[in-house]
Order: sequence, then C-alpha cells, then structure tokens
Amino acid sequence: MFKDQHKGKSRRIKEQWIKASFFIVAFASISVLALIVIFLFMEGLPIFSKVTVKDFIFGHYWYPTSEPPDFGIFPLIIASLAVTVISSLISIPLGVFTALYLAEVASQRLREWVKPMVELLAALPSVVIGFFGMVVVAPFLQNALDIPVGLNLFNASLMLAFMSVPTICSISEDAIFSVPRELKEASLALGATRWETIWRVILPASISGISTAIILGMSRAIGETMVVLMVAGGAAMIPSSIFDPVRPMPASIAAEMAEAPFRGDHYYALFATGIVLFLFTMIFNMVADYISNRFRQVGASTL
Amino acid sequence: MSIKKYFTGMIVTVICLYAGLAMAGNIVITGSTTVLPIAQKVAEAYMSQNPDVKISISGGGSGEGIKALIDGTTSIADSSRFIKDSEIKQAVDKGRYPVPFAIAYDCIVPVVHPSNTIVNLTVQQLKGIYKGEIKNWKELGGPDKKIVVISRDTSSGTYEVWEDKVMNKEKVTPAALMQASNGAIVQAVSSNPNAIGYIGIGYVDSSLKTLMVDKVKASAETALNGTFPIHRALYMFTSGWPKGDTLNFINFMLNPQKGQKYLKEEGFVPLY
Repeated sequence: MFKDQHKGKSRRIKEQWIKASFFIVAFASISVLALIVIFLFMEGLPIFSKVTVKDFIFGHYWYPTSEPPDFGIFPLIIASLAVTVISSLISIPLGVFTALYLAEVASQRLREWVKPMVELLAALPSVVIGFFGMVVVAPFLQNALDIPVGLNLFNASLMLAFMSVPTICSISEDAIFSVPRELKEASLALGATRWETIWRVILPASISGISTAIILGMSRAIGETMVVLMVAGGAAMIPSSIFDPVRPMPASIAAEMAEAPFRGDHYYALFATGIVLFLFTMIFNMVADYISNRFRQVGASTL
Repeated sequence: MSIKKYFTGMIVTVICLYAGLAMAGNIVITGSTTVLPIAQKVAEAYMSQNPDVKISISGGGSGEGIKALIDGTTSIADSSRFIKDSEIKQAVDKGRYPVPFAIAYDCIVPVVHPSNTIVNLTVQQLKGIYKGEIKNWKELGGPDKKIVVISRDTSSGTYEVWEDKVMNKEKVTPAALMQASNGAIVQAVSSNPNAIGYIGIGYVDSSLKTLMVDKVKASAETALNGTFPIHRALYMFTSGWPKGDTLNFINFMLNPQKGQKYLKEEGFVPLY
C-alpha cells in the first residue's frame, strides 16, 4: 500500500519534470524569436528621429552614405514585391500542377521517383542557385533577348521560382493526397470525368492546403537573400520593365551591413528595412494561418 | 580566377572563424575584403617564419573590422577607408585609441568587357557615365549600345573613393547595378559586352579590359607618383600603439623586403 503510494508519487514527479522540460524546450524558440524582434526594433527605430516614417517608406532615393544621406526605401519595397509577384506567377502554376499530376495522375512508381526529385530542388543551397543565375542564365538572357543586362528582375524571379516550387509542390501534394477517397469515388460514380473530378472536387477540397503552400512559397521568395543579392542587379530604382535591374530589401541589407558604421544612421536604416521586411513576412504568415483555419478541411461533410 | 578568389576568400574566412573559436590565436585580424588577400598572403609568410605565432584572419567589411576593434574582439582591423569621426568617438568612449597604419596603396581601375573598343576615358566622361548623363557607347566613339553602369555598393570603401575622386561628391545614378564585392563586378563585367565597372587593381585579370584614365595606365608607378587619378591608401588599425606579436606583425607588413614585397606579388601597390 505504502509502496504503491510512493511509486505513484515518484511517477507524478517524473511527469512534472517531463512536462516542465517540454515547456522549456517549447518556450526556448519563442523567447529566441522575441529577443530577435526586440533587438530588431531597438536597432531600427532610432532612424525615425532622423527621417519620418512616411519619407522612409515612400522616399524614392536610397543614398545612405551621401552627405546629406537619403533614406528612401520605396524602390527597395517595390523590388521585393515585384520579384515575389513575378516569381509566384511562375512557381504557382508549376508547383500546383506538378502536385496535381503527382497526386492524381501519375502512377505510384513515377510518383515515388518524381516527388523526391522535386524536394531535392529545395535542398539546393541558394548560393548555388544564385551562382547558376549569374553565370549561366544572365549571359543567356542577354544574348537570347538582346537586352542590355541579364542581372535583372526577371532573372531573379526565375531563380526564386525554382526555390519556391518545391515548397508549393510538396505541401500542395500532401493536401491533395489527403482529400478523402470517397469524394473522388462519389464524383467518378456520378459520371464525372477524371478532369472534372480534379477541377470540381479535388481542387476545391484541398484549396486550404494549396493556399497555405502558395503563401509559404511566396514568403520564402520575399525573404530570400543570396539569390537576389547575386542576380537581381542591385539598382535602387523603380523598375519600368521586367528586364530592369532591381534591389530587393534583403539584398540591400546583406550588401551594406558589413560596411555600415556601427550604430550610425545607415546601420539604423538597415535595421529599419529589416523591420519592414519582417512585417511583410509576418503578414504573409498570418494570411496563411487565417486561410488554413478559415477553409479548414474537416472531412467529406464540409463540401 | 575571380571565382577562385571569391571562394578561397570565403573558405579562409570560415576556417579562420572556426580556428578563432577552437584556439585563441595570438593575433586576430578582421575587416575589409579588399585588404583580406594582403592580410592572408602576409600572414602566411609571417607564420611560416614564426611558427609559434597563430594568426586568425577573417573578412566582413571595413565597418565590421572597426566595430570589432571598438569592441576589443580583434587585434588588428583591416580597412579600405580611414576611420570615421563617429567611430573614433565610440572607441574613445570605451577607452580604446585607434592607431592607423597605411600598409599599401590601391588603384581603382575602370574596366570593360574585352570586346569593347574604348581604350581611354577622361575623369569627366567617367563622371558623365556614372551620373547617367552619358547613356550610350556611341557618345564615346563606341558601338550604338546602351551603357550598363556597374558600381560597388554605396557603403563599400571602394565606392567612397570613386565618389570622392570621380564623382566629385555627386551621386551615382540609381540605375547603376550595385554589386557587393570586387569579385561580383569582375563576374558581371566579364559576362556583359555593354558593361563598365571599377575594381581594385589586385582584382584585375585577363577576363577584363582595363581602361586608361586621362591617358594614364593604372600601375604601381602611376599610383605612387600620383598621375593615376583614382587611388587610395589601405589601412590596418590597432587599438593603442601595438605591442608584442601584433607590433612584430605590423613591422613585418611594413618591411620593404617582406610584407611589402608579398603584397606586390598579389597585385597591390606597395608603399615605397
């Protein structure tokens, strides 16, 4: 009796310990995030004593080292949005259709082959993709299209699309694959063709997963640094065509931070650019979260 | 060549960072990527002659180097520009007094694609190109092609010299392609027949054509006698007057038979 009680107590203590250690582990990543955010804001906000928020965000000139300096990141924001949008125009159809093909059309054997291949694309280091864009794609674009410079918005978008396709494809494929089988069978039993089934039943049923995939793919594109640093060209102007060089926010931060005088205005301005970038990716993630909750795929009954 | 330089630089940086953690080196050097190849070359020679001294070297940029000096995490800060007033103030606030040593000169050379027919440009023409006023090679006697202007990032020491000596404090056009390193400019210019860029003389290789400026060819001589208009000094900073191994290393660096000879072999311009 006594022994049992003792055993129960030690088990409870053990339980408590395990619970506490899991809590600490879970909390560690959150506190790291919190510390980074606090640091980002502490180092970024001082710039707004020199320029107004409006001039910083909508200013057209970025000359951080001139006398007097210009801290306008509007061309940088436009560049980031432009590469994200254009790369999504390439990566969304590629990613989603590959996912549909793999989940619904391809044979089991082919699927087992192709899916790891696509996922392997995600394992390519971004510096390798950037190098490819710089050394192979840029001269090719220059010669094939007879444009002045191959390091441009289009090249960067193309390289970023390569990077988002695996994310979009892999997550979409999981979503499509997990559509209940009875939905598909019911549709086919009603006389729908395979295409009609995919278009009218499978796609709507997995739209929440696909949307999440797309947004995660896009947030990968907007935050990607190495590729845009290497292939976007780096001109801080608002592009007038897709073959103009641009300078997205991460490229600017990465290129300039090393040489910026410590705790000078330029340093603060780069951190403030980091805040803007952080807000963008946060919005992307919140939208992804909202969509995946709003259109949650509960089961066959939700359709 | 340029790619090789790029990667060796990176690998050495990583190895040295790691080495710096693993064994506290006697001398730590960090800072400008322009000075990095000099520091590497001279440190190798120094270590082979003084096997008991360990030197760890990393790049990161002039600002990073000076920041490390202010924080006391490095013995020597490499810089391709002179220290700024604000940085001196921060260092003094922490009780450190930065001491500059000019260790070499560097010419900044305008470069174009080897297929380009232009051989000489005046400083005024260079300024016009970088201001965005001269937009076509036709205006300079070349083919009817748009000029692709390639520049270093506004925060690099090289850009500051360019702004000072060529632009006369006026701004480089926003349409210029800003590249993050000398190596990136070599890569971009050598693969684009319409491009013009500028790099430190140590990075010139056969994939590029160097231009004369005001009919003067960039070389060690023209940099030293001041006829080549775009040159600068490269620095190493120490915190207070150096002592011990750091002093020996600086002396080695400034010795005409040793450090100065090795950096000349790397393509840089020695002090004398």
